[in-house]
Amino acid sequence: MGGYGDVQMIDENGLRMDGRKPGDLRPISIETGVIPVADGSCRMVWGTNEAIVAVYGPMEAHPRKIQRQDRAVIDVAYNMAPFSTTDRIRPGFNRRSREISKVTKDALESVVLLELYPRSKIRVSIEIVSAEAGTRCVGLTAASVALADAGIPMTDMVISVASGKVNDVVVCDLNKEEDNYGEADLPMGILPNTGELVFLQMDGDLSPDEFKQAWDYNVDAAMEVHKLMIDALKGGDN
Amino acid sequence: MSAPTVPNLLRDHLADLAQNDSRLDGREQFGARELKLETGILPRAEGSARVTMGNTIVLAGVKFQLMTPYPDRPNQGGLMCSCEVRPIAGRHWEAGPPSPEAIELGRVVDRGIRESGCIDVDDLCIIPGEKAWQVILDLHAISDDGNLFDAFALAGIAALRSATVPAERFEVGQDSPLKVSKKPIMCSYHKVGGRFVYDASYKEELGGDERIHITLGDDDHVHSLQKGLKGIFTAEEFEEIMEHAKTRCAELRKIVD
Repeated sequence: MGGYGDVQMIDENGLRMDGRKPGDLRPISIETGVIPVADGSCRMVWGTNEAIVAVYGPMEAHPRKIQRQDRAVIDVAYNMAPFSTTDRIRPGFNRRSREISKVTKDALESVVLLELYPRSKIRVSIEIVSAEAGTRCVGLTAASVALADAGIPMTDMVISVASGKVNDVVVCDLNKEEDNYGEADLPMGILPNTGELVFLQMDGDLSPDEFKQAWDYNVDAAMEVHKLMIDALKGGDN
Repeated sequence: MSAPTVPNLLRDHLADLAQNDSRLDGREQFGARELKLETGILPRAEGSARVTMGNTIVLAGVKFQLMTPYPDRPNQGGLMCSCEVRPIAGRHWEAGPPSPEAIELGRVVDRGIRESGCIDVDDLCIIPGEKAWQVILDLHAISDDGNLFDAFALAGIAALRSATVPAERFEVGQDSPLKVSKKPIMCSYHKVGGRFVYDASYKEELGGDERIHITLGDDDHVHSLQKGLKGIFTAEEFEEIMEHAKTRCAELRKIVD
């Protein structure tokens, strides 16, 4: 959070720089079966974010030290392509993508029926090929669509959305400028059928009322995105 | 990449098919899979392309950075080609530092583009000895069903040809198209069932032997060659695939336009 209060990001009509009202999402499109060699896959374009996710497995878990006798493990690799941002990202290890991989794994392991596949591994590869803001949310949401596309049993899908605050106004689904110069960011991973959460992060500064508003925006947005996910999975031609 | 188990059944089957002048998917010896080339598909890249060859899909993105020219070449910028095959591309690709296979891929594609001279490095100089452009071509595999080499090479040259030099963002002048004067094209051949085939699928690569990569520039000039994997080939075999490469490169060169 930059917290540069002097950057004007809400106009006199209460509209955001990209013309959205505070509670609006960016345009989203979802496609499944985009990677022919994978067991399940998804391309999700969310604003100018684009995530491509492949699911492989369940397969033998190796090295054997990662095996669990009573359940499957999910191996998540989140990565931003070198050309996905304005300034090129050097390929290779980085702490940010390790952390996002981990919290995504923690979220997905909470919904997949892991005990059905003891000693096995499910591989989830998330590649961000174009980044705007909220790539962890797009990656997690796309990963749950790809898991469904692979036919992996889950208690529910996960929809991840981030709301935040710019110029003291709570807004849903932050874009790049709002993320860079805004005052808060609250990404959540929501199960649409129960309203439960499997992913939660936050940084910035929100009053209790603002926090409540951001939370509600996320829950409402998740229900909206859930419909698109259902459509994509039903309409898929694979 | 972990060492794949090659079923002898697959090798025998491929040999039988070759005897009958056929392939797993019914293609002729030098038949190609359906090919699609799209450019300008990545909003954050200065140039980009997606190549789909059958079930093989790759992306190429071009980024620019400012560099200080090397002291012995004060009037030149740089071109760098980097290749990543991450686990998304197939169950046989694993996370971790680039495998020797991925490094070979990137270097062979790099040589073809570099040696063709399609990018004039003198042209990339902004202030001699002080400032020059470094052009970075990143190749990213999405789905590997064989012949990533040709897919990368085609996506690479197409992405470069669609690139814009972002001079305004770096405050060093006006944006302009990157000058790419030539069209180097790669054709790859795999020894499958005892004979060379063009545009091998993953299963053909798995059950095949050595491979040869040929990059030809405009006027059929040879710019890079690479023989990979264990195997022996004859001068006659090479002559045959070189003849095919000339025809095929000419066809592909039209697609890049």
